[in-house]
Amino acid sequence: MELILEQMPIVLPALNAGFIQTLKLFLVTLVGALPLGLVIAFGAMSRFKPLSLLTKLVIWIVRGTPLMIQLLIIYYFPGLVLDNPIWGSGEKGRFLAASVAFVFNYACYFAEIYRGGIQSVPIGQEEAGLVLGMTKTQIFFRVKLLQMIKRIVPPVSNEIITLVKDTSLSRIIALQEVIWAGQAFMKGTQGISGAIWPLFFTAVYYLIFSGVLTVLLGKLEQKLEYFR
Amino acid sequence: MSVLLEVEHIEKSFEETKVLKDVSFSLNEGEVVSIIGSSGSGKTTLLRCLNFLETPDEGVIKVANEVLLDMKNPATLKESEIRKKRLRFGLVFQSFNLFPQYTALENVMLAKELLAKEQPEYKLRKKEIQEEIKALSVKLLQQMGLSERMNNYPHQLSGGQCQRVAIARALALRPDILCFDEPTSALDPELTGEVLRVIKELADQNTTMIIVTHEMAFARDVANKVIFMDDGVIVEQGDPKEVFENPKEERTKQFLARYKQG
Ligand SMILES: Nc1ncnc2c1ncn2[C@@H]1O[C@H](COP(=O)(O)OP(=O)(O)OP(=O)(O)O)[C@@H](O)[C@H]1O
Ligand SMILES: [Mg+2]
Repeated sequence: MELILEQMPIVLPALNAGFIQTLKLFLVTLVGALPLGLVIAFGAMSRFKPLSLLTKLVIWIVRGTPLMIQLLIIYYFPGLVLDNPIWGSGEKGRFLAASVAFVFNYACYFAEIYRGGIQSVPIGQEEAGLVLGMTKTQIFFRVKLLQMIKRIVPPVSNEIITLVKDTSLSRIIALQEVIWAGQAFMKGTQGISGAIWPLFFTAVYYLIFSGVLTVLLGKLEQKLEYFR
Repeated sequence: MSVLLEVEHIEKSFEETKVLKDVSFSLNEGEVVSIIGSSGSGKTTLLRCLNFLETPDEGVIKVANEVLLDMKNPATLKESEIRKKRLRFGLVFQSFNLFPQYTALENVMLAKELLAKEQPEYKLRKKEIQEEIKALSVKLLQQMGLSERMNNYPHQLSGGQCQRVAIARALALRPDILCFDEPTSALDPELTGEVLRVIKELADQNTTMIIVTHEMAFARDVANKVIFMDDGVIVEQGDPKEVFENPKEERTKQFLARYKQG
């Protein structure tokens, strides 16, 4: 215990730095995947059959394989197989590759959620709007959008909480996120080696982060509870 | 009394099945026609054609001598015009289709506000126009007996109350002809009375209406004219008393007999 307290001032800044990287990956994934998911959802719902089939195939592959493998392929495939290391070297390259993998993977999950939400608004809502002389655009923004959002928020919240923990998968390409930072103290860094507690301690970061998000997302859900 | 609506030779198929076959009828201003007929006879499809939710394959629809739709004249099919033409008709759905995220009052006001925003003078007298729309909507809801319910959301209302909000919402746009598609079929039996009562009141105020219903007593009571449909055809139409008491066609007799038993 005393040892831990002694090591704390060295370990915490390192873990914090790792957590910044975790947070960055998390934010980039959301900012990229939330809108990209909408594009993919419209692709899957397209009346142009080849497009919708192709999109659904891609969604199926992305959702049917582990994110970890997708990460490895996206990071190593260009360099090792194509002999064209597009990501660049170092942490910057790893972060870029991880971002692409995460954004694309999560966009496919969001796309399926959006599709369900869009299709779950009863056709009667659109027809009622039309009969009242509203344009399709007015119907989308004034009638359907909020109903979709209400249906989408709970499953999207689940994905967001999962994403908090999934960011740790980027450890597989040695992205220097919080777990990597914790593990470093086992191998030895800054005069500490063989310490396993920093690795275990990273769990606290995830717990606090997902706790805060759960509360915030719960608030949002509550806000939409005034109608059914 | 002047003819307000003329429907001529409407034909409509879904894929191979003919759902409406040479349907023609007319309706005078201030009068009510009720449409009866067994399930699948095409009543809903007819109302949907009038409200431009379906496009017939053939036929003409005229309101106040203006040709709104003539399937032989492509100029009447322009998408941009259809929105305006729709406003000639109102439609009250069996399942209400209220907007759940808006209160009763907001449901009634929404479409009217959106239309007002398209008017050039809206910017100049925005406040005034909004007040007018609100006053009109409040008045309509009061007329529907919903003074106490204006700020409730649809899920806080009973089916009968929801349907009355839907009627107010349709009336707010002052349609020439208000259509009802089985307005009480989704309601518990004890709630049908309150909805039928407001429709009867509208009839007494000479609102021009087309009412599809399975409530035979009501259909007879409220209407100036009854249309009996079967298998996409108007089998018989005329004075309610005549059709109900002395049906001429065999199919009408059979249909009414089934209702008397049940
Ligand atoms: N969108 C559609 N696609 C294919 N067939 C349809 C469609 N809408 C209606 N039909 C068919 O058209 C026929 C007439 O339907 P419609 O809903 O107009 O009957 P209805 O008289 O309103 O019946 P109900 O009393 O049950 O409401 C039915 O056979 C129905 O299955
Ligand atoms: Mg019907």
